[in-house]
Amino acid sequence: MSKPQTRLGTPQKYYRDRYLRNLPTSFCAGCGNGTILNSFVRAVDELVTAKELRQRELLAVSGIGCSAWIPSPHFRADTLHTTHGRAIAFATGAKVMNPKLKVTVFTGDGDGAAIGGNHLIHAARRNIPMTVILVNNFNYGMTGGQSAPTTPLHVRTSTYPKHPEAPFDLCQLMLGAGASYVARWTTFYVNELISTLKETILHPGFAFVEILAQCPTYAARFFTEYQNSLSSDELEQFQQYPGAWMLKAFKGKKTGESNGHPRYKMVFKDREIELGVFLREQRPTLIDNLQELWG
Amino acid sequence: MKPGVHFVDGGTACAEGAIYAGCRFFAGYPITPANSIVEHMALRLPQVKGYYLQMEDEIASIAAIIGASWAGGKTMTATSGPGFSLMQENLGYAYHTETPLVVVDAQRSGPSTGQATMPGQQDIMQARYGTHGDIAPIAFCPWSVQEMFNFTIHAFNYAERFRTPTLIMTDGEVSYMREPLKIPESGEMEVINREKLTKKHPRPEETFLRYEMPRFGDGHNLLVTGSAHRPTGVRDYSPQFLRATIKWIFKKNQAAGAMLRKEKLDLETFNLEGADTIVLSFGAAARPAYQAVQTAREEGTAVGFIRLKTLWPLPELHLSELMKDVHHVLVVEMNMGMMVNEIARVACHANVESVPKVAGEVHHSNEIIKRIQEADAA
Repeated sequence: MSKPQTRLGTPQKYYRDRYLRNLPTSFCAGCGNGTILNSFVRAVDELVTAKELRQRELLAVSGIGCSAWIPSPHFRADTLHTTHGRAIAFATGAKVMNPKLKVTVFTGDGDGAAIGGNHLIHAARRNIPMTVILVNNFNYGMTGGQSAPTTPLHVRTSTYPKHPEAPFDLCQLMLGAGASYVARWTTFYVNELISTLKETILHPGFAFVEILAQCPTYAARFFTEYQNSLSSDELEQFQQYPGAWMLKAFKGKKTGESNGHPRYKMVFKDREIELGVFLREQRPTLIDNLQELWG
Repeated sequence: MKPGVHFVDGGTACAEGAIYAGCRFFAGYPITPANSIVEHMALRLPQVKGYYLQMEDEIASIAAIIGASWAGGKTMTATSGPGFSLMQENLGYAYHTETPLVVVDAQRSGPSTGQATMPGQQDIMQARYGTHGDIAPIAFCPWSVQEMFNFTIHAFNYAERFRTPTLIMTDGEVSYMREPLKIPESGEMEVINREKLTKKHPRPEETFLRYEMPRFGDGHNLLVTGSAHRPTGVRDYSPQFLRATIKWIFKKNQAAGAMLRKEKLDLETFNLEGADTIVLSFGAAARPAYQAVQTAREEGTAVGFIRLKTLWPLPELHLSELMKDVHHVLVVEMNMGMMVNEIARVACHANVESVPKVAGEVHHSNEIIKRIQEADAA
């Protein structure tokens, strides 16, 4: 890529010049989606620089919700912004018709686990080569903080004073459904996320990455106990960065290693949440099996 | 299948038509009475290095063919009423994003599960108004096994020409009926193929024909979205952009109507000279209606026959012209009277009556003859 020069003449590299469309961001201040776009762009850049990926092969598919706006219209590659919950089904058609495409689906907990849950499990079962990045912010952000399948028990949402349902463990669901790469990170673990995304983009099979992300606008109220535990110094430190204090909640304790990545454990609302890469294996994909029918 | 005459059912003819037209991707979900289309596509596609995908539901089926169409393939799905209802949201997405694809609805008797194995024509308004928002569809309606083959090829051609979804509104009767089918030699029937995008922003405003469609993976950095957007694809909710899109969809549909008329794919007539009564029908219902008109003619009644080959866009001016001197119009259809309201709007001087039939039965020609005689006597 051409390197823009700063005023002092030192070369400087801007990811946005090459990978983004220079449009104003549509996210609230402090939203985790910007971090995820940033991580994805860095993973893509490292692969493109290493000549393991061509930018024109990338296809980003998304559904409806805040997560859908991560690639569309920002990402400078082919993007397909579809109907609510159906992104994985659209992506399945595109990938099968042109197996050279490197397909990444950006979906949310409502889009991917509620309305689109059926497409998610069946895509995992088929082991169709694509990456599904599921951004879990524990609620429906775009429509105003309603309860989602991932909302913790007993928190206050826009639709329940005391949320009456237990949340989904999506990584367990994906392991059961037959995904061949399953990982979970939070927006705190950016470097781990970048190296995971580099692997998933090239992974020959269905890769699922759940990313716990902060929603300072609506889901901050799920973290009030945590916020109260912070000292006034810490709160003051974070004051000018909305949502930044929430990142501290996303930090866990290191517990070991698996599949070449570290493992962490965090506690959120009395539930232990494992972070790391849980599975990485190679199996024949849907494309292989379909082309076998050609004889 | 090799060129020549075969004795097959309508569903097989439809699938063979799709293969002839260059369809290489089919996503479907089992449903009666569309199964013979789905099964024959599953058999034939791997033979021509194509892909058959059995999806988890009809919503996923249409989503997959939209995705595959943008990846450069000619794509199709087939279903029946319940699945057609499920597809409506994504069908609207395909109209908005101008995605060429073909949806076959082998209509069955409803509402709801209804009589799953029996034919009906109760989805024709769903084809017109089913999806939310303003769209204008192209819907073919075959009445024979040969037309199932031919109209499938036409449906692909119109989808490519006008960059729009096209519908084949067949029914359980025509899709399961067996008749001789003549498969033409390759090249005998016109097949319009997608061309690789040459210019950056292809939209020749002066002509609606052959305007190109880009595809994923060619470095165009496409922004495809069902949100209101600028011509570049960037989301913009200013009224002028969505207004332009909707007007464009309707303008294309008007041009398609003119082309259908030119290619004689809008309707066909029989014995209209001196007719005082006209029987109008389409699809499976047109078969007993045609027989009734022939019998009544032999008995000396001044009755003519019009069969719609495409339901939408309705050839309004042409129909109005054909029916301007007649006193009675009988609309024979396998529902409680849907197309009859459209015909009453078009044939404003005539006495337009409905000859309905529901609950999975096809009209008997005798009952139509009786209605013709009543109209003649009135």
